Amino acid sequence: MNLNRRSFLKVSALTTGALTLRLYILQAQAQAPTKQNLKPTAFIKIAPDGTVTIKARGPEMGQGIKTELPMLIAEELDVDWKNVRVEQADLDEATYGSQSAGGSMSTPKSWDPLRRVGAAGRQMLVAAAAITWAVPASECTTDAGCVLHKATGKQATYGELAAKAAALPCPVLDTVTLKDPKDYRIIGKSQTGVDTPHITTGKPLFGIDVSLPGMLYAAIEKCPVFAGKVKTANLDEVKQMPGIRQVLVIDGTIKPAAYTAPEPGMEPGIAIVADSWWHAQKARKALKVEWDLGPAEAQSSDNFQKQAEALLAAPPVTTLRTYGDIDAALKNSAKVVQATYIFPFLAHATLEPMNTTAQWTSGAPGGGSKLEMWVPSQNPGAGSALVARSLGIPEKDITVHLTRVGGGFGRRLMNDYMVEAAWLAQRVQAPVKLLWSREDDTTHDAYRAGGFVGLKAGLDEQGKLVAWRHHLVTYGDGGKLAPGANIGSDEFPSGLAPHYALYTSAIPLMLRTGYLRAPGNNAYAFVGQSFLDELAAAAGRDPLEFQLEILSNKMVPVPGEENTPKSPRDLNPERLKAVLQLVAEKSNWANRKREAGRGMGIAGYFCHLGYFAEVADVTVDKDNKVKVNHVWAAGDVGSEIINPRAAESMGFGGVIDGMGEMAQEITLAGGKVQQTNFHQHPLMRMKQVPPIEVFWIKSNFAPTGLGEPTLPPILPAVVNAVFAATGKRIRTLPLQKSGFSWA
Amino acid sequence: MPVELTINNVSKTVDVEPDTPLLWVLRDSLNLHGTKYGCGMGLCGACTVIVAGQAIRSCLTQVSSVAGKPITTIEGLSPDGTHPVQQAWEKIDVPQCGYCQAGQIMSATALLSRTPHPTDADIDAAMSGNLCRCGTYPRIREAIHHAATLEKA
Repeated sequence: MNLNRRSFLKVSALTTGALTLRLYILQAQAQAPTKQNLKPTAFIKIAPDGTVTIKARGPEMGQGIKTELPMLIAEELDVDWKNVRVEQADLDEATYGSQSAGGSMSTPKSWDPLRRVGAAGRQMLVAAAAITWAVPASECTTDAGCVLHKATGKQATYGELAAKAAALPCPVLDTVTLKDPKDYRIIGKSQTGVDTPHITTGKPLFGIDVSLPGMLYAAIEKCPVFAGKVKTANLDEVKQMPGIRQVLVIDGTIKPAAYTAPEPGMEPGIAIVADSWWHAQKARKALKVEWDLGPAEAQSSDNFQKQAEALLAAPPVTTLRTYGDIDAALKNSAKVVQATYIFPFLAHATLEPMNTTAQWTSGAPGGGSKLEMWVPSQNPGAGSALVARSLGIPEKDITVHLTRVGGGFGRRLMNDYMVEAAWLAQRVQAPVKLLWSREDDTTHDAYRAGGFVGLKAGLDEQGKLVAWRHHLVTYGDGGKLAPGANIGSDEFPSGLAPHYALYTSAIPLMLRTGYLRAPGNNAYAFVGQSFLDELAAAAGRDPLEFQLEILSNKMVPVPGEENTPKSPRDLNPERLKAVLQLVAEKSNWANRKREAGRGMGIAGYFCHLGYFAEVADVTVDKDNKVKVNHVWAAGDVGSEIINPRAAESMGFGGVIDGMGEMAQEITLAGGKVQQTNFHQHPLMRMKQVPPIEVFWIKSNFAPTGLGEPTLPPILPAVVNAVFAATGKRIRTLPLQKSGFSWA
Repeated sequence: MPVELTINNVSKTVDVEPDTPLLWVLRDSLNLHGTKYGCGMGLCGACTVIVAGQAIRSCLTQVSSVAGKPITTIEGLSPDGTHPVQQAWEKIDVPQCGYCQAGQIMSATALLSRTPHPTDADIDAAMSGNLCRCGTYPRIREAIHHAATLEKA
C-alpha cells in the first residue's frame, strides 16, 4: 500500500481541519439538553386571564425560530397557541442556554430541552392543582390551558393556578413525561410567524430601526484595501460640514497576515458621527483620505488564479484522508476523468446592512459605566464577549438586546459592527447608531472563501466508480485554512469510493473570510455533485442510478473509528438514497424528455444534519441564457416538520438563494474588492424564480434544522440540467465565467 | 430649509436640506422606520413608498421633489393592518427575515391598484425591482393572487 509519508506527518492538520468544519455542531451537541438547567419560570409567564407569554431565546433572522421554538414549549405545556404571546429574550445564556443561531442548529439543540421546559411547566401546574384539590397529581390531566380532575369533576385554568405553581420546585427536566407525537396540536400544524402582523404594518423590529432619545448616527469610511490605515485626511474640513458632531480616526488593530481570523480586530478607518445618517454619509463623500494601503494591495484575483494553478500542479500541502491505493487504482482504471472546478469569493449581502446601536451610562449604581446594546446578531453571546475583550470592560457590564435580524446567512455570526458601535459610544457620550452602507457591506464583508478543485476519478469496465482524487486549493496559511474554507474528511464520496484521497493546499489571504449559509457545502456540493454527473456521463449511465450505486457501497471506516457508534452528523447513505428516490419520483425523472436546449439535472447532499435532493428543469437559449422552469426538492430532517408552511418557505428560500449564488462573485484588483452594490453582486429577482415544490420524508430521527441543507443541491442540479440541455459542462462559477447567464 | 410633506394623510413640516432623500427624512426625521434602506441606488426596492399612486424608490427621491404630494408608507396603508395586501401577506405568511417586505408590499399595492387581477407576467413585471435574499418570491406571488380576491370590486 502506497501510504503517503506526508499524510502520516500531517495527522494533526487533518484532525484540525475536519474538526473546525464541524465546530459549531460539536459546540451545540456539547450543550446536552438536560445539562443546561433550564427553568420553566424563565421561559413561561402565565397571567391570571390565562394569557401565556413565552420567551423566544434565539435571534430571528427569517429561519422562523421566534415562532417555532415557543411552539415546542407551548405544545408540551398544553396550551392553546392562540393564547400565546411571544417575547424576544435579551441575551442571558445562563438562563436561556445557547442564544446563537447558526449551523442549522437551533432546532436540533432545542427540540428536546425546550419541549421538556414546556412539560416541566405543565407538571408544576398539575402539582399546584393536585395540592389545591388534595388529590394525587397522577389523576389530573390537562387540556388546552386547564387542569382537570375527572373523578371529582374539578377543573382550574392555568391562569388560576399560575401563582401557586410558580412557587413549587422545578422538576428535573430529564424526568418529565413528554407527549406522544400523535397527540400534538401545535407541532406539525402551520402557525403564522409571530412577527408577521408587525412586519406587514411596518413596526420597528430590526436593529436598524432602533431609536433612542438624543441618539447620534455614525458611518465609518474604511480603506478600500483590507486593513489599510489612514495616513492623512481633511478631518478639520469635514468637521465643519452641516450636522457633523465628531470625526474620529480609528487606528485599528488588524495585522495583515496569510491567515485572517473571522474577527481579526478593528478595521482602521474614519468614523463620522452626525445628527443624521444622511449627514454622516454626505460628509464621507467630502473626505479626502490618503491611505497607507499596506501589504494587501498586492492581492488580485488574477494573481490568486496563477497561484492556484501552480498549487494544483504541485504535490498537495495537506492530506485530509486517503485509503486504498489511489494512484494504482487511477492507473488501472478503464476510464479516467479529470476536471478542475472553480468557485469565487461571495458576499453575504443581507438586505439589512450591518448595524448596532450602543449607549454608555456612567454613574450607574455601584459605580462605573454600563454599556447597553441593541444588536441584530446571530451570535450575540460571542459578540458580547468580543466587545468586552476588545474594549477591556467586564462582560457583566454589558446588556445586549436582540433585535429582529434582517438576514443572517452566517454574516452575523461575526460581530465586528458591535465592537465598532461600542467603541464609538464610549467616545461620543451619547447613544450612537452605527450603520454600514451597502457599499461598506459589500466591500468589507467576511467573504465565503473561493476555491479551485482538481479532481480525478477512475471507472472500471462496468462503469463503476473505483477511485476519486480530490485536491482543494483554497486560502489560508499552509495547513491552516481560512475561516469557512475548511473541508471535512467525510466530504462525499469519502468512505464510499473504493479508493479515495482528499488533499488541500492554501493561498495566503489578507482578507476576512467567514461562514456563508451552508459554509463549504454551498461550494463543495457544486463541485462533487457536478463531477459525479460528469462521471455518470462518461460511464454512459443514468446519474441517479450511478449515485445510488455509490451510496450502496460498503462504508470504509475512518481508522480508529471502526467501532464508534454512528452519530447524526455522520452520513446515513440510506437517508440520502431515500430523498434522491423521492425527488426522482416527484419529478418523473425516469421519463424525462431529452431535447436540444432543455434538460433536467439531479443532485443530492447531506449537511447540517439534513438530507436534500433536488431536480432542476432548465431551458437554455441560443445566447446561453438559462431559465429554470421548475424545481423539485425532497428533504429528510427527521420525524417532524414542526411548522410546515414555514419549513416549505425555507425550502423555497434555500433553492432561490443557491440559484442567486450561481451568478455572484467577489473579485479583487489592486487589493480592492471590485463589487460594491447589487448591480455587481446580483440576487435572484421575481421573474427569474421558477415554481418550486418541496416534499418531505418523515424519518425516525430527531428533527433537525432547515436553514442550510436545502441550499447546496440546487447549484449542481442546475449545472447538471444545463449539461443535459446543451452538452456543455459548467465547471467555473459564476455562470458568466463559463459563458452562461440567467435569462 | 422647511419642507411641507403629506405623509399618510397627515401634514408634516421637516427642516432638512432639500436634497435629502425622502427615505432618510422618513426614517431619521419622522421616526417612520417601516421603510427600509437596502442599497441607496434604487436596486433593491426595500425603500419603496407610494407617491401619488406610483411606487417610487425613496432612497433616490429628493424630499423637495415630493413636497405637497400624497405620500403613503407601510405605516399608512391602513389604520389597523387590514388593507387587503396586508391581510393576504399575513394569511400566506410571506415574510422570512421580513426586512424587504415593506417594499414588497408597497410595490404589490401599487400593482393591484392599477391591475386588480394581475397575471403572473404582470407580477413579474411589477415585482422584479424588489429584491429578497431569503427567497420569499413564491409566497409573494401567492399573496398577490390572494389579495386580488380580497380587493373590493
